[in-house]
Amino acid sequence: MSQRKIGVLRFPGTNCDADVLEFARELGYKAEYLWHADRFSHQNWEALIVPGGFSYGDHLRCGALAAKSPAMQSLAEGVKNGVPVLGICNGFQILCEARLLPGALLKNQSGRFVDKVVGLKLQNSAERFYRNMPVEMKLPIAHGEGRYFVEDDELKRLQDQSQIWLTYSENPNGSVADIAGVLSPSRKVAGLMPHPERALHDWMGGTDGRSFL
Amino acid sequence: MKFIVHVMPRKVVLDTQGRSVESVLQQQGFSVLGCRVGKRIEVDLSGDDQAANRLQVEKMAKEILTNPLIEDFEIEARP
Repeated sequence: MSQRKIGVLRFPGTNCDADVLEFARELGYKAEYLWHADRFSHQNWEALIVPGGFSYGDHLRCGALAAKSPAMQSLAEGVKNGVPVLGICNGFQILCEARLLPGALLKNQSGRFVDKVVGLKLQNSAERFYRNMPVEMKLPIAHGEGRYFVEDDELKRLQDQSQIWLTYSENPNGSVADIAGVLSPSRKVAGLMPHPERALHDWMGGTDGRSFL
Repeated sequence: MKFIVHVMPRKVVLDTQGRSVESVLQQQGFSVLGCRVGKRIEVDLSGDDQAANRLQVEKMAKEILTNPLIEDFEIEARP
């Protein structure tokens, strides 16, 4: 395993940070928190994870305020320098608001918060996360605003450039083209609504999350 | 100097909040053909150059106050 560490960002209102830290350590990495108000040097980090929760209470729009934080500026510098980034749930929303991933996440089509285990299909591989893994997996979702949205021309672009990472087997929230996760053009930035950190042990209901780091 | 930024979901976006509100309005007996829900943001700027300030508010609107992918905005200057 690498000597370098995985950084887990935290914002006011983030609540999946502890689980994600454990996730990284459980899978053999050194992992530490990165506080939203502090800049950091991207050179120290093998990968960065933006975890789930309700950063800034979802004020203004989910992830909108977190996207402007000093830590996210440092993360964007890291992205320019090839540091892999994984965004989970609110983390995916933050990466989209920061324009590091395409699209936006809207309120679920049903108007309801959805909390269940879903089947997912791998469409294209990320460069760093979930490499060489089974095409089908199951992960839990828990979100009120997980409906992925891009306009038709952008959707075509994502399809042509193989940036669609994961799709739902049964669409739980009205996401366009059943999209559950997307990749950046470099494939080093990956975002998904489901929670891999909640599928590490049989007692959690499944272990497909173990393949993500 | 005060400005109001009126934010609405773009027409191409399914507005689930508007749909929920419309549903309850109809249940309450109001005859409603549609309902969309947005936001109203008040920003107070220093200085008295209205044109320059308005440009600042436009920048704020495009960069932070709205997500242009999913929202439209209009700016209203307050005397």
